[in-house]
Parts: sequence; structure tokens; C-alpha cells
Amino acid sequence: MEYNGGSVIAMVGKDCVAIASDLRLGSQALGISSNFQRIFPVTDRVYVGLPGLATDVTTLRERFRYRVNMYTIKEEREIEPETFAHLVSSTLYQHRFGPYFIEPVMAGLSKTPSGGFKPFIAATDLIGCLNFAKDFVVAGTASAKLFGVAEGLWEPDLEAEDLFETISQTLLNAVDRDAYSGWGAIVHVITKDKIITRTLKGRMD
Amino acid sequence: METSFALTGKGYVIVAADTTAARSIVKMQIDQDKIKELSPHLLMAYSGEPGDTVQFAEYVERNIRLYQIRNLYPLRPAAAASWIRRSLAESLRSRNPYSVNLLLGGYDASSHTPNLYWIDYLGTVVEVPFAAHGYGSYFALSLLDRYHDPEASLEEGLANLKRCIDEVAKRLVVNPGKYKVKVVDKDGIREVEI
Repeated sequence: MEYNGGSVIAMVGKDCVAIASDLRLGSQALGISSNFQRIFPVTDRVYVGLPGLATDVTTLRERFRYRVNMYTIKEEREIEPETFAHLVSSTLYQHRFGPYFIEPVMAGLSKTPSGGFKPFIAATDLIGCLNFAKDFVVAGTASAKLFGVAEGLWEPDLEAEDLFETISQTLLNAVDRDAYSGWGAIVHVITKDKIITRTLKGRMD
Repeated sequence: METSFALTGKGYVIVAADTTAARSIVKMQIDQDKIKELSPHLLMAYSGEPGDTVQFAEYVERNIRLYQIRNLYPLRPAAAASWIRRSLAESLRSRNPYSVNLLLGGYDASSHTPNLYWIDYLGTVVEVPFAAHGYGSYFALSLLDRYHDPEASLEEGLANLKRCIDEVAKRLVVNPGKYKVKVVDKDGIREVEI
């Protein structure tokens, strides 16, 4: 898991969620690319972040894309975040004794019966054990640092703009303490009408 | 020991690899071509486990050519990179994985842009402006961070490549000696003397 490096965090806000990651891809200590995307859109309202071994990031992204496309065709509707989380969990557990070296982080907005949207985040370990947190989820080489900063900065019911600032500061300061994460950062803030993606200016060392 | 570099520029990709084939302390061959021409606009430099390298490279070459024969149209660099990556990722968890690192450089005739992909034996693929494999990468990448220009002319690109080759010659214990350098642009592939 520490071969390529990289970290992801997702946070809950007031009627919005944010998911962010760094952009480094390395071969142990040697940096290879400062533009490696590890967060991918699943639907308009669900994003998944895949920190860990880079080859498995690409493989899993293609696997999930296939499984979600099949779901959409069969169900004739878009997949909900909770359902996608269970899809991730089952995909990973299928390889229980030869796992993908990824710890996925998911963020999205789920539809409520009244027609509104509820923020949703989740994470799993590399064999699919689900964690439905109410505040934030972290994964990757800087996960311990991300836990620390997030616990300090997060508060409930942050608006979209404030959530962006909070998650950005959490990510930037945590990865600056980790040798294998950093080299750029990207943040996606998901609200009911739009998704704003911003690339952060951070230390490139 | 095996060193390869590649860099992009204005409408071209330069791919270079050393030409030494060595076993332990002996240089068995000093003029080996480690860059395969997969299609009229696609170059692939390979390095890694001897045997695996040529087997995998020829397997890729034949399958890329088969696509072109069947479809009367060559695979674009991004698609070729995906196919190659998938082959390596599947091989990784098989009984006998290929241990081959690649640099895939191509000119996309549809979008008129040069593309360069760094691929390692695990099936990691990333598109980059310049890349290197082997011990030489520890010297070349920093030089290219400083001097690379994505809009540089071919002459400037070759000068940057020469800078990398000279640095490796100066600082790496086992100097590869000669390099084979190939360029791919809108007119196809040609070999250049450095």
C-alpha cells in the first residue's frame, strides 16, 4: 500500500459532501507523476476515491464502471450511494484471499423519500469492511495525519464554501507531513445542483 | 542497468534506450534494439527481466498489428496503453507474471498531439510529459524537471536528451555506452543519431 503513495479524504457538510485527494504517484521514494487522478465520478451524485496500489486503482475503477453500467442498464435508474458502497464491499470481498491493495472512500448525496438529498460518506478496508461515518472518512499513506487534522477542524453543518476550505486545509496540512503524499491536490464539492472541482496550490516537495 | 528515456515536444515524442545486453559482468551484445515499432505512429521501449522483455514486447507488437489488420485503422496511443496495461495487470496475479517496464510514445493522428505513457511491470499507467526507467531515471528525471519544455522543437528536445545521456554516462557506475534514439511525429517513425 505504501509503494505508490497517495491519500484521500471525504467530509460531510450541510446538504453537501466533499471528497479530496493528493495527486502524487511515486515508485517508493522516486516521484513519477504529479497528475495521478485517484477520485472518479460514479454517477452525477456519487464519487469514489481509490488510494493504494496504482495498478489496482485503474483496475478497480474499470471494474466499478462495468458493474455500475450493468446496474444502470438492468435497474433503469442511477445507483444510490449506499448501494454503491455495498457494491464496492462485495467486489473487494470476492478477492478476500488475494485482495486489491486499495482502501476505497466514497462520497455522495442520497435521495430521501421526500425528494430531498442527504449527504453520505463511507469507506472500506482492502477486503470490503464498510465504515459509515457521520463526519469524515480517510484513507491512504497520510491517513493517520488526516484523522488528526480532520478531528481538529471539522464541525457539523458546514456550508459548501466553508466545507471546501475545511477539507482543503485538512488535506494540505496532513499530506505535508507525509513523504509519500502530496505533489498537488484536487477537491470535489458535491451539492444537489452542481459539482465544483478545484485544484489546490500546495507544496510541490 | 537498462536505461530508457522519453520526452515529448511540439508534435513529436523522442524515445531512447541503451543498446547493451549484459549478463552479470559480461556485455553480451552492444547493439541491441530495445525499442519496438508497434504501428506507424507508436514506439515502445522495454526493459526488465531478460526473456520476459522480448516475449512480452513481441506479443504486444503482434496484437497491435492484428488490430490494425482487422480494423484497417491503427490503435490510438491511449487505447494501446490501456490494452497493454490490462495485459500486464492480468499477468501480475497469474502463475508467472511478466516483469517488464515500458515507455510508450506515440503520435495521435486524430487529435494531432504527442502522447507518452510510463508503464511499469505492475500495470501502473500514467501519462507524462517525460519519463525514464532504470537507474538512469534517478539522474534524468531531475534534469528534465528543470529543462523540459513541452513546446520545444526537435533540436531542443534532442539537446535535452543528450544532457540526460551525458549525465548518466558521467555518474552511473555501469555506463551503458551507446543509445538507440527514435522519434515519432506526424510523418511516422525515424531513427536519429545523437
